Amino acid sequence: MSAAVNRTILICSGKGGVGKTTLTANLGIALAKQGTRTAVLDADFGLRNLDLLLGLENRIVYTAQDVLTGNCRLEQALVRHKQEPNLALLPAGNPRMLEWLTPEDMQRVAAMVGESYDYVLIDAPAGIEGGFRNAMAAAREAIVVTTPEVSAVRDADRVIGLLNSQAVRPIQLVLNRVRPRMMANQEMLGVNDVTDILALPLLGLVLEDEQVIVSTNRGEPLTMNGANSPAARAFTNVARRLRGEDVPLLDPSLEGQGLRAKLGRLMTRKMF
Amino acid sequence: MTLRDLINRLLGRQQSSAETARERLQLVLAHDRSDLNPELLEQMRREILEVVSRYVEVDMEEGDVSLETEDRVTALVANLPIKRARPVPLPREPGHDSAGGNDAAPVARATLSR
Repeated sequence: MSAAVNRTILICSGKGGVGKTTLTANLGIALAKQGTRTAVLDADFGLRNLDLLLGLENRIVYTAQDVLTGNCRLEQALVRHKQEPNLALLPAGNPRMLEWLTPEDMQRVAAMVGESYDYVLIDAPAGIEGGFRNAMAAAREAIVVTTPEVSAVRDADRVIGLLNSQAVRPIQLVLNRVRPRMMANQEMLGVNDVTDILALPLLGLVLEDEQVIVSTNRGEPLTMNGANSPAARAFTNVARRLRGEDVPLLDPSLEGQGLRAKLGRLMTRKMF
Repeated sequence: MTLRDLINRLLGRQQSSAETARERLQLVLAHDRSDLNPELLEQMRREILEVVSRYVEVDMEEGDVSLETEDRVTALVANLPIKRARPVPLPREPGHDSAGGNDAAPVARATLSR
């Protein structure tokens, strides 16, 4: 593995609850499985959750805060994933740390991590205030996560404006929680609606998938066990595209045309 | 979708909610991106009309200044129907509101084009 790759990518959305942390965890595992040394940084100091989604919450000894204050070495703070040794987590510090954390601090930590990892994924906090700006300062490129809902798209637009003003690029879009049937019925913003409005290239489309909830319950990202659920495939494909592979995007209008999908639908059908 | 929604949609009584979402988003984003509140926009509209009406007679009722956005570029679009050109531009700052479309001396302008 060449260290020359070295990409520092901010994962952000503006609005909370659209899937930043889920994407970071799944993408981290998927990249690691594909053989790249990957570190995930939890930049959400206020409400950290990345440790929980990765199932690493009981293994945290030191945090980014300890690294910055010289309390420990970086290697001591990084939590290596047991099943996926190519992946490491740098946990967020104490919420009180937000008061003194500066954009330069985040840059310093990200640069240190970047020395020994090919991919550094930074899980940004929701919002566009200090915490987000700190996280943004450390990133060279960005993935904006949004859902096909007016509030999420509007907030994504604000974030894209900020990323543009800081010359973060490329900025790519992941459209999360897509419901193909609602889109087909014109009851949900279409894929093109969102990409046209935000004017970003699409890096991935993730279907609404109950397995995401199951996997967070367990602290095992969907991409870890080769699960074949729609979201698992989508996250794996996002990782492959990020690495430059040409993987065709899913067409939501063709989703659920297979026999299995049709049978499954028959059992859960609602009239209208 | 409820049966009622379906019937309304088929009869063309109601646009789809995705269509509504798209239109609402485009409008709100144009304002978000330009950081102009409606009050400022209205003030700007009045001043633009003032300046333009020194040179041409515009229809003050029809004049429309709005924000449009495409590909993350927001444009200020002014649509000002011109009634006729003025032979001599009105002086600057004559009185605040300057002249509207229905002022005096229209006859002298008949010699002008349009």
